[in-house]
Amino acid sequence: MKSNFFRGMSHGIPIALGYLSVSFGFGIKAVSVGLSVFSATAISATNLTSAGQAAGVDIIAVGGTLIEMILVQLTINIRYSLMALSLSQKLDGKFSLPHRLIASYGITDEIFAVCSAQKQKLTPAYMYGIILISAVGWVTGTALGAAARQLLPESVSSALGIVLYGMFMAIIIPPARKQRNVLLVVVVSALASILFRYVFTAVSSGFAVIISAVIASVTGSLLFPVSDTEESEQ
Amino acid sequence: MNIALYIAVMAVVTYLIRMIPFAFFRKKIKSRFFRSFLYYIPYAVLSAMTIPAIFYSTGSIVTAIVGTVTAFVLSYFNLPLIVVALSATATAFIAGLF
Repeated sequence: MKSNFFRGMSHGIPIALGYLSVSFGFGIKAVSVGLSVFSATAISATNLTSAGQAAGVDIIAVGGTLIEMILVQLTINIRYSLMALSLSQKLDGKFSLPHRLIASYGITDEIFAVCSAQKQKLTPAYMYGIILISAVGWVTGTALGAAARQLLPESVSSALGIVLYGMFMAIIIPPARKQRNVLLVVVVSALASILFRYVFTAVSSGFAVIISAVIASVTGSLLFPVSDTEESEQ
Repeated sequence: MNIALYIAVMAVVTYLIRMIPFAFFRKKIKSRFFRSFLYYIPYAVLSAMTIPAIFYSTGSIVTAIVGTVTAFVLSYFNLPLIVVALSATATAFIAGLF
């Protein structure tokens, strides 16, 4: 039991370090749009997801509706359902319903990737180890970023507004460069988003992201349906 | 609207998305279209969130363009996430000094 927990923790260290930096960017962004350090940290502790949180903060900033918030979170985070589904099929017998209810909190892209790569069945202790250290990195980074945004001079903090977007680019550009199908999806989504920003301005920013992403993903799925091998490389 | 309400809604929706399949489903999704859709959606979402918002992220279009070009070039050459993000910030900051 204990050794599984520590094995999970050790597998979570690189994730935690990555999260520390990404969530630092989120903390800065959240405070920039008017949230408190406490709210920013609370969002990270309860959500544990990057893009969903960033979009959620945008909706809070403009006073969007709760329906919009629900639809945005559904669209951005629906991929976790597939990951959860996939992980549910390699769970150890020790994974009773209460354990499943707790561990599902921590299904993120990175934790999913590490868990799926495990040869043996997943135990609750292992997943708790990896989730705990990753979540600590995520929440700590957010608090530090949010606090830094409040303390730093205006010239530095305004430049830091770009940090989260820089990370998003670093996530999408390398696969878009390698795979034409991903490039197509990225370009279609960006073009649709530009149209909403400058032409169909009546559509709120949250819905603009949803509609652009759905149009682009449907286009990609119709023109280039992925095979099982591509999917597992994700 | 109360910010705690927004946070609660975000948290509950995000949790349910993860919890329902993890706790209750057992079968695999067979539809190739739906699996493709789920494969593409993270890239599409990040792209729509970044463009054109990144150009307004620093409060000055000029410094934002400098940062964006930096981020684009460095991520094109596969540099690590944190290097890309901090270099974009640093060049935007430097551009802001002029």
